[in-house]
Amino acid sequence: MKSDHGDIELAGVCKSFDGVTNVVDGVNLKITDGAYCCFIGPSGCGKTTILRMIAGHEDPTAGEIVIGGQNVVGLAPVRRRTAMMFQSYALFPHLTVRENIAFALRVRGQSKVDRLRAADAMIEKVRLTQFADRLPAQLSGGQQQRVALARAAITEPRVLLLDEPLSALDEQLRVQMRQELRRMQRELGITFIHVTHTQLEAIALADLVVVMEQGRIKQAGAARDVYAHPHDRYVAEFMGGQNVLSGRVEKVNGASFTLAQAAPSGIEVPLQARSSVSVGDKIDIAVRRDDVALVRPGRDLPPGTTSLPSRVLAIEYQGYFVKVMLDTVPDDAFVAYVPEKTFFADPFTVGDVVMATWATGSALPLA
Amino acid sequence: MQPSPSSAQAPPRANLAGWLYVSPLVLVLVPFFVAPILVVLAASFFATDGFGGLTPEFTLASYVEVLHSALTLKLYLATIKFTVLTWIFTLIIGFFVAYFLVFHVRNQLLAIGLFLLCTVPFWTSNIIRMISWIPLLGKEGLINQALLALGVIRQPLEVLLFSDLAVVIAYVHQLTIFMIVPIFNSMARIDKKLIEAAIDAGASRFDILRLIVVPMSKSGIALGTIFVVSIVMGDFFVVKVMSGGGSASVVSAFYEDVGVLQYPTAAASAVLLTLVLVAIVSLILRTVDIRQEITR
Repeated sequence: MKSDHGDIELAGVCKSFDGVTNVVDGVNLKITDGAYCCFIGPSGCGKTTILRMIAGHEDPTAGEIVIGGQNVVGLAPVRRRTAMMFQSYALFPHLTVRENIAFALRVRGQSKVDRLRAADAMIEKVRLTQFADRLPAQLSGGQQQRVALARAAITEPRVLLLDEPLSALDEQLRVQMRQELRRMQRELGITFIHVTHTQLEAIALADLVVVMEQGRIKQAGAARDVYAHPHDRYVAEFMGGQNVLSGRVEKVNGASFTLAQAAPSGIEVPLQARSSVSVGDKIDIAVRRDDVALVRPGRDLPPGTTSLPSRVLAIEYQGYFVKVMLDTVPDDAFVAYVPEKTFFADPFTVGDVVMATWATGSALPLA
Repeated sequence: MQPSPSSAQAPPRANLAGWLYVSPLVLVLVPFFVAPILVVLAASFFATDGFGGLTPEFTLASYVEVLHSALTLKLYLATIKFTVLTWIFTLIIGFFVAYFLVFHVRNQLLAIGLFLLCTVPFWTSNIIRMISWIPLLGKEGLINQALLALGVIRQPLEVLLFSDLAVVIAYVHQLTIFMIVPIFNSMARIDKKLIEAAIDAGASRFDILRLIVVPMSKSGIALGTIFVVSIVMGDFFVVKVMSGGGSASVVSAFYEDVGVLQYPTAAASAVLLTLVLVAIVSLILRTVDIRQEITR
């Protein structure tokens, strides 16, 4: 019996192409039915291989892939009821938009009348009615993407797999098509798995963000969780928006510890539930760039504020905020995102000495 | 409306550059292609004294003779029969060899090696390739001996050598490569992702062949067809040797004419054949837009 549910479970999934190194190395993950899941990581991290294994274009070396309660390893893509949208779309260049979209129904033996009617309904859904008789080469990038989406969706799959769907588009179109993907996902109500290397795309779209590195999952969670509470240095740096500092634990004082740093007093960091530390440990901490406020030296600071003297290295205007690069810590980059209005109320220039300050409670120890 | 000054006349300098670009081709084509054809065309309208001498007076006598001869039709039918048979077999073999090389040989080095292997027969001359069929197909040849030994036949098969069958075998042997190369070329440019996308949509192997590979190899098939058809239609040598003189082709007729110094009729036959070939080729080009496919 086939289940209509598109919930996916990966259990101990490994993939090796050469028998020596695992491109995907023991991945465990649960994706709920109807979720929008983004795999994100640098190229070569195994994210596309995972996608292709779920689609049935690669077989895992080890582990199980369960879709809707059924282990699908070894099944042909059609029998999995998944559909894939390929990077750069792989539209059939010799077929019109309508024929491209109807292709899957054609090979399923549907009559011409039925399949063209279904294709036309889908064409309407992706707003391509006036282009139905064109060849893919006569369409813009965004239109091609919609054809690819429609072609994948026409078989009513329970899971839609998207391999870097937006990478072929220019910046403006990418933002626009992002919305469209999300709209289609809601409309179809099925599980979307989307592979990307752009963190902005991932956090804008996903219910579940999966950060990968070298075949392993580094962190999986809601977009806000992964962005605001990265597990470790890799995730923090990959997702961006964080300053990562490292140092040795100087002393542990109850609910917080002090990190030895260039600053005379060290940096105080709340322990937060998850990590237990002891004196002498080398540890990374993260401070959100938009949590850092810059203050002229000598000003009074409210209690519970950490402040480090720094010199301004560079300033970049970014529109609604100003990116100020500092030499706060010797080894790591340290950046403050200062709201535009705050910055220009009392602008700094390169070379100024400032105090980089943040509420002590907002610093986050990393694993 | 006023013509815009820029489009009204191309600047002479650009014109000159354009002519310079095509000059090498023109220098080769005019003396070695256009001129001979014009000579043949002129000769076909000349009168002859019957001993090889041509008198430059306009006459259609040669065309009348060629077109009225029952032999002409017979030879065209024979040649078309050879052409169609050769085309069918080279197409089937060439298509599947190319298909195998492109889609089933994963190792690219191996694919190139196997591809080069297809050209090995061309390391020897045409004549040797034809002669080498004799020990295989002859009355005392390997095939007959094997069939006799197996008791399948009691008398050696005579149809194997010096027959129409032998002619087609020799053509297929010689010309399959002309199918393989262009079809291989157009197949190799099919994005493998398209095949994957088709599998993803649920297409069977046969669906992929029928709906993706064949339509996308059309330009290669058309090019190969042009090669094979024009070579077979223009051949007399293979027919002569492999049929043992039992069959003839259109060209053998005007080869004979040349032998007995009937230049104008030979020329008229040649012009006629050229027109037939041009018609066939333009028919092929009309069906498949090769230029569009090549620039794809």
